[in-house]
Amino acid sequence: MKLLIANGHLIDPAAPENTGTSVLVEAGKVVAWIKPGEAVPADCEVFDASGLLVAPGFIDMHVHLREPGQEHKETIASGCAAAVAGGWTSVCPMPNTQPVNDNAAITRYMIEQAERAAVANVFPIGAITKSSDGSELAEMGEMKAAGAVAVSDDGRPVPNAGIMRRAMQYARDFDLPVIDHCEDKSLSSGGVMHEGKISLLLGLKGMPALAEEIDAVRDILLAKETGAHIHIAHVSTRGAIEAVRRAKNEGINVTCEVTPHHFTLTDRAVECGHSCPHERRFDANPSVASGNFVGGTDDADKSVRTPSAYDTNTKMAPPLRSEEHLEAIIEGIRDGTIDAIATDHAPHHADEKALEYDRAPFGIIGLETAIGLALTELVHKGVISLERLVEMCATNPARIFRIEGRGTLTPGSHADVTLIDPALTWTYTNAESRSRSRNTPFDGWQFNGGVVASIVGGRIVYQRMEEK
Amino acid sequence: MKKPYRRRDLLGIRDLSPAEIVGILDTAETFTEISSREVKKVPALRGKTIINLFFEASTRTRTSFELAAKRLSADAVNISVSSSSLSKGETLLDTALNLDAMAPDCIVVRHSSAGVPHQLAKVSQAAIVNAGDGSNEHPTQALLDAMTIREHKKHIDGLEVAIVGDILHSRVARSNIHLLTKLGANVRIAGPGTLVPGDLASFVSDGLTVCPHVEDALHGADVVMILRIQRERQDSAYFPTLREYSIHYGLTNDRLDLARKDAIVLHPGPMNRGIEIASDVADGSRSLILDQVKYGVAVRMAVLYLASGSPTGN
Ligand SMILES: [Zn+2]
Repeated sequence: MKLLIANGHLIDPAAPENTGTSVLVEAGKVVAWIKPGEAVPADCEVFDASGLLVAPGFIDMHVHLREPGQEHKETIASGCAAAVAGGWTSVCPMPNTQPVNDNAAITRYMIEQAERAAVANVFPIGAITKSSDGSELAEMGEMKAAGAVAVSDDGRPVPNAGIMRRAMQYARDFDLPVIDHCEDKSLSSGGVMHEGKISLLLGLKGMPALAEEIDAVRDILLAKETGAHIHIAHVSTRGAIEAVRRAKNEGINVTCEVTPHHFTLTDRAVECGHSCPHERRFDANPSVASGNFVGGTDDADKSVRTPSAYDTNTKMAPPLRSEEHLEAIIEGIRDGTIDAIATDHAPHHADEKALEYDRAPFGIIGLETAIGLALTELVHKGVISLERLVEMCATNPARIFRIEGRGTLTPGSHADVTLIDPALTWTYTNAESRSRSRNTPFDGWQFNGGVVASIVGGRIVYQRMEEK
Repeated sequence: MKKPYRRRDLLGIRDLSPAEIVGILDTAETFTEISSREVKKVPALRGKTIINLFFEASTRTRTSFELAAKRLSADAVNISVSSSSLSKGETLLDTALNLDAMAPDCIVVRHSSAGVPHQLAKVSQAAIVNAGDGSNEHPTQALLDAMTIREHKKHIDGLEVAIVGDILHSRVARSNIHLLTKLGANVRIAGPGTLVPGDLASFVSDGLTVCPHVEDALHGADVVMILRIQRERQDSAYFPTLREYSIHYGLTNDRLDLARKDAIVLHPGPMNRGIEIASDVADGSRSLILDQVKYGVAVRMAVLYLASGSPTGN
């Protein structure tokens, strides 16, 4: 069965401008590009992509699918359903499952679950150390053979520089990138948001930018010495971005990713909430009333009464940073220092997020809002081009994780396709989410540009319903 | 009578206007007289239900709120929630919804986590009064401090106020910095560098000075506010020993002599005598520590009245 993705605007950084080019797909692979005016095969199903961007399927380098162990938050199936609805045809789950993905059996289990139940491709990330407890190296070679594409202890970064050095020396032999969640916990422990003026105002314990920067610099030095490839996850501070920029100039093998929430929100969201997209950034007046209730006990307007400070959906690690850091992130995206966009999709059950701010878990979901945010905040605001967006969401993730035959639509590659309408105006609501969890600050947000369909292995796995 | 304070809740001082603060203080002044009567009771809040929801023990603050409620003829219920019952899986939201189902007019909440009153105010029908949330705010403490200062100095604007101690973790300091600077006082901060955050300079727009030494803060001060040292901070290496703290930062009579002759001394209590404050200072003629307790009841009467009373003639 052939599928013709017809008349779209093909964007593949591997090829020049391809307006109107159709992509012919058969048996899960891209067979040919058909230029406008060229003959079209007769016997194929046609997907009319007029007015749409046709991009290589997006690869989310950093998600948490919670299976095995915490299936009430997310499963591989539900996470993948959310992924394709967000335009991600492949996802790379972090190893902090229960038990930790620190061996080939669990890696294999994840891939099998995905093949059985899921609509997206799953490329697991194995642990650096057994149980991610930072002491003994995990069986990286075995995990790689089972299908792991990188190693990381993510939220439990290896504290011991000596062990990290050995991990890099060892991972290098297997050509496995080491993903680094940069956080020196001796500086950040107990912190629940970015350390700065707002944490001080709110009386919440801060996590200093320095905690990320010290670890980033340490591991860049280790990468320089060992020759390993380190990939810095969810980079969020000016200092860390500068360290990556310097390292790249020096020729050190380092790459990094950024999350949509870090390029969209600042720590002010912890103070003022996050439901007013047009006022949330670069706003000169930081003091927004958080208890602005008029009218005593007579019929006070409930909507006026609602204070939005301390919403636990603004709690993540690394935390939302201050404007200074957000500006550095935008600059890093603009100048190419930041290679990729990844969601750090981190589902948590509603009851856990309904706790006191300092007791609630870190993390938000992000698969379904990421591309809307990227188009709205980066493309429509002129920070990057659509070509560069495709590079950050598809080409570079495939290159960084050495995922063969993906991140491109050149003939012979896998038929994973993300179809985008850059002019689509749409609103994300939690009620429509495919994820099992609802922890996001972006509920009710309106976006300019969005995903209209996802194709995995030549099969249309998601198609946006017309909004009527 | 037009209400000077038209909010339903009192979550913190930070969001209040100077007029609102003065309004609460003026209301509190009218209530001080009630506590000196033979029968210390007025019917202002008769039929109203006030819940004192304390997730963190504090006999002093709880009693003050309870007395305030009773002197206004409200029905006051005290609930102490140990943190253990929360760890059994009951969320803050559950607690709020359960209490709300009993239709209280006002919930006075004290919690060790910052922001809990704000979180409750999002879901509760009752007026929420913050009785101290983590390291965030303790608005009624700042109001009673202001009332004490006003009673003795007759004004607040232009006063030099020294606040000494653990600023980083102190909700009392936070609320007082907001209140005093809003009312035009100059606040000088001093304490160990580990407990005086670097971003403090940007905390309020005007009227705040961070002093390198305690002596600089005390010099020529009209009001000296000493913060309580939480002994458990010692374990986190914020300062070496209580002994060293008392030598370098404790308020002794010698240090107090740097302040103006008519300077007054405040402390939110309970005191660590001999550590942050010498006993002879605490019991000395310039100490107004017991006045603070007295005005605490009047301020809380005013806050409960404004938060849970119905506006007159409506
Ligand atoms: Zn992480």
